Amino acid sequence: MLDRTVAPPILDSVDFDLKLKKYDHFLLDNQTPVYMINAGAEEVASIEWVFNAGNCFEAKNLVASATNHLIKNGTKTESSFEISEFFDFYGAYLGTGCSNETAIISLSCLSKHLPILLPKVAELITASVFPEKELSIYLQNQKQRLTISLQKGDFVANRLIDVYLYGENHPYGKFTSLEALNAINREDLCSFYSDRYVNGNCQIFIAGRLPSNIEQLLNNNFGNLPFVNKKASSINYLRQPATEKNYTIHNDENAVQGAIRLGRPFPNRHSEDWSKMQVLNTVFGGYFGSRLMSNIREEKGYTYGIHSYVQSHVNESALIISTEAGKDVCQATIEEVWKEAKILREELIDEEELQLVRNYMVGSVMGSLDGPFQIIGRWKNYILNGLDDRFFYKSLDTIKTITPNELQELANKYLTEEHFYHLTVF
Amino acid sequence: MINFSRFVLENGLRVLVHEDDTTPMAVMNIMYDVGARDENPEKTGFAHLFEHLMFGGSINIEDYDEPLQMAGGENNAYTTNDLTNYYCSLPAANIETAFWLESDRMLSLAFSKNSLEVQRKVVCEEFKEHYINKPYGDVWHKLRELAYTTHPYRWMTIGKELKHVEDATLEDVKQFFFKHYTPSNAILVVAGNVQVAKMKELAEKWFGPIPAGEKYIRNIPKEPIQTAPRFLDINAKVPVDALYKTWHMGARLDNSYYATDLITDVLGNGPSSRLYQSLVKEQELFSTISCYHMGSIDNGLVVIEGKLSKGVKMEDAETAINKEVQLLLAENITQKELEKVINKTESMIAFEDMSVLNRANSLALYELLGDANLMNSELENYQNVTLQDISTTAKEIFKETNCNTLRYYSEL
Repeated sequence: MLDRTVAPPILDSVDFDLKLKKYDHFLLDNQTPVYMINAGAEEVASIEWVFNAGNCFEAKNLVASATNHLIKNGTKTESSFEISEFFDFYGAYLGTGCSNETAIISLSCLSKHLPILLPKVAELITASVFPEKELSIYLQNQKQRLTISLQKGDFVANRLIDVYLYGENHPYGKFTSLEALNAINREDLCSFYSDRYVNGNCQIFIAGRLPSNIEQLLNNNFGNLPFVNKKASSINYLRQPATEKNYTIHNDENAVQGAIRLGRPFPNRHSEDWSKMQVLNTVFGGYFGSRLMSNIREEKGYTYGIHSYVQSHVNESALIISTEAGKDVCQATIEEVWKEAKILREELIDEEELQLVRNYMVGSVMGSLDGPFQIIGRWKNYILNGLDDRFFYKSLDTIKTITPNELQELANKYLTEEHFYHLTVF
Repeated sequence: MINFSRFVLENGLRVLVHEDDTTPMAVMNIMYDVGARDENPEKTGFAHLFEHLMFGGSINIEDYDEPLQMAGGENNAYTTNDLTNYYCSLPAANIETAFWLESDRMLSLAFSKNSLEVQRKVVCEEFKEHYINKPYGDVWHKLRELAYTTHPYRWMTIGKELKHVEDATLEDVKQFFFKHYTPSNAILVVAGNVQVAKMKELAEKWFGPIPAGEKYIRNIPKEPIQTAPRFLDINAKVPVDALYKTWHMGARLDNSYYATDLITDVLGNGPSSRLYQSLVKEQELFSTISCYHMGSIDNGLVVIEGKLSKGVKMEDAETAINKEVQLLLAENITQKELEKVINKTESMIAFEDMSVLNRANSLALYELLGDANLMNSELENYQNVTLQDISTTAKEIFKETNCNTLRYYSEL
């Protein structure tokens, strides 16, 4: 007779021996580095061209993101429509993305179309012209999008907590405003493009089931471009945090929920505490079974979800707790967060819960390495942060060996109410 | 080509196994043939509320998440108007944990009063977060009620109103469970680093003893053919005007489905699409515009939605959309456009099939539609669409009498 009350035996995932598949690496003729994972069953490819062209390099707010977005909206020989029609015709997806340090151009396509698509990407990197009309439509639409977003409490809360943590002139604290959108012009974009893309620093990350002549294909298209592979100029990361710690903002009189953000400064990935904090954070608010979720969602029903996380910035970061909770229970929610933090500071985590978190985290790393795109994504993250696979193995080791005492010490160091900014936006 | 094996247990549970030894992971996907369309109009939001309750412990296992996480797994679920889908992925070596957990909640839930109490609140917060506390959050509520007079697609999966969820009793919930969550109403897919013979053994062991239950016979009123256009004007505290138009389309298994899908791509998918190019870029009437369809199993909707640029009059925006639709009807699309959207579809299918999780989900969905093998002929169905099919289908859909228009005016 089947006894359903007894769980089938499991292999603790801490016993799994995970390996991070190594990338292939080569340089193009102009010294542009290429990192490659050639694997997978489907005949698809994904490439990213990563430039040192994030918003920390701009002299004027929003120039980096506007340049990045409009890079595909017109070259010397082709209109914005012709370019998008071309990529669409081959079922390819051309994307762009701009973050604090880097900006990317990305291409996902069926591998068989690479030879015809790559020259077009090279053209975008060398001959974009940023037509006035494209810029003006972009700015107009951005303004409209902004006015809509500003109605949302969560959007407003996300901006403000960064301002309190870093200051609004810090690359991580800057945000989009109507004034900034009004202030940028075509010349700003052209000059940023020339410095940061045409003559910029480029790294290529490629994954998928790739053609055998991929090295040659990349070299023919990108190996003769005038990239200057020098180190990034130094950036001013001066943190100017707010002095006041508590904020209540009234954004929408009809709000039925409040957007809560609690945040404090935290070091970057090179800190000894980083990997350990990933474990403590998982226990605290980092997964569905976390203390915050179990108490505040599953026991009290104050919210649809509550999470804590460490921001993934390169230079410095922050520990954030984030939720949207019913208007009348916002205060109670914050109190419960600190109750849970206090328990972690005062009581040791029991072995069973820690084992569960260890297994969950290792299983989740294992799941996140499923397929070439995920593997190159992890490598890209390491390379852009100046890390290598020692970081991967060390993090795994931390998950498997960290003790309840170490976690308690960490909680006493970081989960301290008085060091957090408290923000609620209604 | 996605390979799989299929067998049926005595209690009616359909089981599909898809082997892929390139991953160390395994996925278990259980699709229940129940969605918001199966709800009582006076008690909407149940299928979705149920999705939440299914994590509140089952008859023999106090907690669902904890043992799964202990086995290194992750899980989630979603509910649509048509179906409810539960999935988890975990290291393949621990796949039996998934059999244990999923079979126990198919056997019976714990039905705790406390779990119902809390999940009701959580769902109400979800309702507020997504449908009340957001600009344009009520649009789909209005659009569904405007387009459907009879078919249960007239309410959203979250429910018609908060009250239905707030009033749900334990008795209601039990009835709903035993009516819909039976082996014969479910499809089980196991995929990843697993072997068919072993999966068969585990399926027999864990799911075999579950009583078959009564077969649910779906009997949903058909939406009558719309004979006159409908309009609804709304004023709301949003910063910009928005315009929504919907047209009734065929069901998922109709021949016209593929042509319809391609038409919406030509009109409104991506920066080279007709509506975007003409109305956002050339005429600057809209700041965003898109065209898509609901892809629902019963007769669905084609949708065009856009936010107007500041200063543009609603009637000018509407006239411009109508002109594009007329142009499509008068001149059809070009061979090159057809080729483009078929290429896009080919690429999309290839990318979707990359992850085991997606493959498991697709196999379950196609099996629900009638035969998991459909998954492998899907691309061909698109490739067979002709310009004539596009023209015929467009004329069928874009009839004036078949159209619903929601004009959403900014009060600010």
